[in-house]
Amino acid sequence: MNWHAIKAIYIFEMARTWRTLAQSIISPVLSTSLYFVVFGAAIGSRIEEVEGVSYGAFIVPGLIMLSLLTQAVSNASFGIYFPKFIGTIYELLSAPVSFLEIVIGYVGAAATKAFIIGMIILGTAGFFVDLRIEHPFVMALFLVLTCISFSLLGFIIGIWAKNFEQLQLVPLLVITPMVFLGGSFYSVAMLPPVWQTVTYFNPVLYLISGFRWSFYEVSDVNVWLSLGFIFIFLFACLGVIWWIFKTGYQIRS
Amino acid sequence: MSAIIRVSNVSKIYEGGFTALKDVSLQIREGEILALLGPNGAGKTTLISTICGITLPTSGTIDVGGFDSQKDFRGARSLIGLVPQELTIEPFETVMNTVSFSRGLFGKSHDAAVIEKILRSLSLWDKKDSQIRTLSGGMKRRVLIAKALSHEPRILFLDEPSAGVDVELRKDMWEVVKSLAAEGVTIILTTHYIEEAEEMADRVGVINKGEILLVEEKADLMRKLGQKELQIELQEPVLALPESLASYDLTIEDDGNKLRYAYETTGNRTGITALLADLAAAGMRLKDIETRQSSLEEIFVGLVKEKA
Repeated sequence: MNWHAIKAIYIFEMARTWRTLAQSIISPVLSTSLYFVVFGAAIGSRIEEVEGVSYGAFIVPGLIMLSLLTQAVSNASFGIYFPKFIGTIYELLSAPVSFLEIVIGYVGAAATKAFIIGMIILGTAGFFVDLRIEHPFVMALFLVLTCISFSLLGFIIGIWAKNFEQLQLVPLLVITPMVFLGGSFYSVAMLPPVWQTVTYFNPVLYLISGFRWSFYEVSDVNVWLSLGFIFIFLFACLGVIWWIFKTGYQIRS
Repeated sequence: MSAIIRVSNVSKIYEGGFTALKDVSLQIREGEILALLGPNGAGKTTLISTICGITLPTSGTIDVGGFDSQKDFRGARSLIGLVPQELTIEPFETVMNTVSFSRGLFGKSHDAAVIEKILRSLSLWDKKDSQIRTLSGGMKRRVLIAKALSHEPRILFLDEPSAGVDVELRKDMWEVVKSLAAEGVTIILTTHYIEEAEEMADRVGVINKGEILLVEEKADLMRKLGQKELQIELQEPVLALPESLASYDLTIEDDGNKLRYAYETTGNRTGITALLADLAAAGMRLKDIETRQSSLEEIFVGLVKEKA
């Protein structure tokens, strides 16, 4: 393993985060605060409790997941797309690094950034609602696994994308709707039966549900199912990346 | 001298069916400066990209310092530094960080002294904390060279190093190249300027349409490329040359209205002065004279024909 290369890529990518520190931190804090104002205060005053949890607190895991997923995907996809776009990818391709090392470097950095943002949102949420975390280790596990698997997905998107439009397409048209419709702001039990069934096909539901369980021990689906799902997703992404590695898809002609 | 790079029967056919390299075989000697000369689209960059691992050959093998470029890609690539043709460089990073990044990428631990030496040799030390986007084009090219040298490679590829470069930088760049060569670094540069090859190289390879037409010692090739012609237009046509002009390599053209004289610019004596004196002595009156040199394009065509 070329550890120096992994370190170099990781530091290089994190440097981009520090360069845009204000944007990296302020925007999630601001958007989370807005969600609390709109959903927590305005809607929350009418809903009060969901499954014994105050509405404001109930939406916290979903809010974290919303930012986490978007950030992990967009960071990782941009991280690898940008060198392709400006041509600096030549250096990665001519360096004595394997594809695995490239993935660890980029995905590691994107996952780290997403994790930090997740923690910032958690901290911000603490100002608005009383948080309790029943299973902190499970919560951390969900957080880390989600950051890694969605950064892997982002990396795949970054490799696949041929232009900036495609880069935006998946987060905008797939991730965000899936998070919104995956029970971020409501319990599945609140939906009509037909929509409940439909929601069970949404993979993000399992993520949010498991994550919420680690906070309040309430969930739409069994926590083991959630954990199992995230591992399946993780391995699916690794599988696709392995295939990209084998074929040189979109990278090396 | 032993070969540090052996390219054996390498072909590259791109997805669209375009053949960029046709059965190229080439040996690059350790410590030499090799110039790859060829018109645009000849396959110079593809050849370099294939050796460096940016593109994979369709067939054939490449050995770099005893390492197969695909099976032992780590060993092969860690010997090579590449300065690309385009100014492709992360705009928002600082000079120091981007050069340190390159060194890390090539598996070397951070070494402040090495990086300082490289940056100083390229007059970049003052700019080490500047963001790359604030630098001029020439400075950016220096940064690309610094990046390529950051891991102290044994082989350096310079792809069209003088494209869009001012005189000052070109001079500096050649100084750096010369001192690297003195340290034993093998240097391969591509260019479409004969003068550049002439100034720098030990050997010159000519590539056209994906084929290596020849690889020769510079001195030999320059002799071939250094041919010029003198065209002499006469006031009155001649049918045959007088005895006094028999020793010159003269050809009669245009029904005797013109004489053509081939000579070498690289020689000490071109023979022009003597020829003109002898023409006057033979009573021939001149209407006009013109010299012309075969363009690189014509030389390529000539070489292609020769090989066909």
